[in-house]
Amino acid sequence: MSKLSTRDLIINVPGRPDGFALNLSVEPAQVWGVLGPNGAGKTTLLHTLAGLLPARSGQVVLNDTDLGEQKRRDIARQLGLVFQERQDSFPATVMETALIGRHPWLSPWESERGEDQALAEQALTALDVDHLSGRLLNTLSGGERQRVAIATLMTQNPDIWLLDEPTNHLDLHHQVKVMNLLADQAGAGKTVFLCLHDLNLAARWCSHVLLLYTNGDACWGPAGVMLEPSALEQLYNQKLITVEADGATLFVPVRSGPKP
Amino acid sequence: MIRSLLILGILAFFAVLLAMALGSVNIPLLDLWQTIQGEGSALNRTLLMDLRLPRTLAAFATGGLLAVAGALMQVLLRNPLADPYVLGLSGGAAVGALLAMLSGMGALLISGSAFAGAMLATLLVFGIAHGTGSWTPSRLLLTGVVVAAGWGAVITLMLAITPSYKLPGMLYWLMGDVSYARSPWPALTVLVLAVVLIMPLARNLNVLARGPLQAAALGVAVRPLEWMIYLLASLLTATAVTTAGSIGFVGLIVPHMLRLVLGNDQRIILPASALAGGALLVLADTLARTVIAPEQLPVGVITALLGVPTFLYLLHRSR
Repeated sequence: MSKLSTRDLIINVPGRPDGFALNLSVEPAQVWGVLGPNGAGKTTLLHTLAGLLPARSGQVVLNDTDLGEQKRRDIARQLGLVFQERQDSFPATVMETALIGRHPWLSPWESERGEDQALAEQALTALDVDHLSGRLLNTLSGGERQRVAIATLMTQNPDIWLLDEPTNHLDLHHQVKVMNLLADQAGAGKTVFLCLHDLNLAARWCSHVLLLYTNGDACWGPAGVMLEPSALEQLYNQKLITVEADGATLFVPVRSGPKP
Repeated sequence: MIRSLLILGILAFFAVLLAMALGSVNIPLLDLWQTIQGEGSALNRTLLMDLRLPRTLAAFATGGLLAVAGALMQVLLRNPLADPYVLGLSGGAAVGALLAMLSGMGALLISGSAFAGAMLATLLVFGIAHGTGSWTPSRLLLTGVVVAAGWGAVITLMLAITPSYKLPGMLYWLMGDVSYARSPWPALTVLVLAVVLIMPLARNLNVLARGPLQAAALGVAVRPLEWMIYLLASLLTATAVTTAGSIGFVGLIVPHMLRLVLGNDQRIILPASALAGGALLVLADTLARTVIAPEQLPVGVITALLGVPTFLYLLHRSR
């Protein structure tokens, strides 16, 4: 199983002071949730961890080697990323989209074989989009496209899963389904590292939490320790009420202004 | 997948056969067969082997080159409406060719000068678009469009100061004309080599069509791949323009229509473009030779007359 860590990493958010250097060690079977307000650098962090953006300083280390020294293809076999925004300039079907996840595993002259097809079908089924496999992507709803993107990562099947707000556009049932799927994958030895805006999803499914502040400060640790109401109120500049339910502490924003 | 390529191959073969049989003198299929086997009259042999075959093959190669270059440009710019000339390459080639014509050079120098002009245009656009900032498709596209407008002005200027007896030749060149082709072999060789070379990269192109970040996340070395596509597409277009002048719409229409029918897998689209583009230009050239025979029309006029309504129809019909 591949292991991801950072050494004195400062991500490059334009026009921001360096802030606090990240020394993360993300282990298999852990589910990390990155929380922070808009513009705190969550997406920048994810892209830096995937080697798609240069860091301002410090290193991202994948299996004891600096990420920058590794070939993109080798990285893609160990680490995959679900983007928050996707381009589809050309029409493509759901099945074709899931199958591009096999790209790093195939040599130039190889075509997708039965087993690749089977992996893609499994992934589409796991995300409840198997019935759409022949449909064109641009005819789907936002939530369906989000699930196809996660299915593509599942088809890629790397050890380390990075996901940028994977519950965006999803209805409540599919939010839960996706979070359960990610927890199951972590249970099977994968590493899951995701950005979230929903504190309660983080509270119930994440084993570790990284808080990212707009000024570049950061702190991280086990979810139970990190999800302190006072820290979160400061993070979002928002008063919170805490509620105990289903064995987890849940957070509800305090409403200001008159009630309806 | 293989079947659609096979069907296109058979279509291309029949297009070539038709082009060989039709012309100022129509040759029945039986005579055609005899001539190919080395029998038949000497007149027929000269007509077929020395005139029609080279011209037909040149038309096929040019059409194939333009269609493949168009398909590549569309992936590079992530824009299904890009064509091989979108970055102003044909303008550079035209200025090169017209300069050679203006100074009264021979056909070989005209070709060489057109090729040099095309490559100069390529480097110019790439150099400017690259500049100091990042190289985004929209930046490349805008640079290409503006530089193309510049070439257009230079062409108009050259036509304005050209003595009138030289004008028809220049206009034919600008409209695209296969009768300029001297030998089909360089263009055919480039076409075959390019398709063989690009096929192992075709799946990379599929991933690149999803955007550079997604492609990088799936293990594609994006920058070198984009460079390669750009240079290859430019080389293909330059070869086509040098062979037969600037023929419009083949590079835009052929890949676009194929995508509508066959989907967007470059492993099929690229070889299919070579076959369908070749077949289309062979048919268009046959039409250009026969419609008002013995006079000939520039083939670029035919492709544009066929291409514009077809394209508008497709655009209107698509979602």
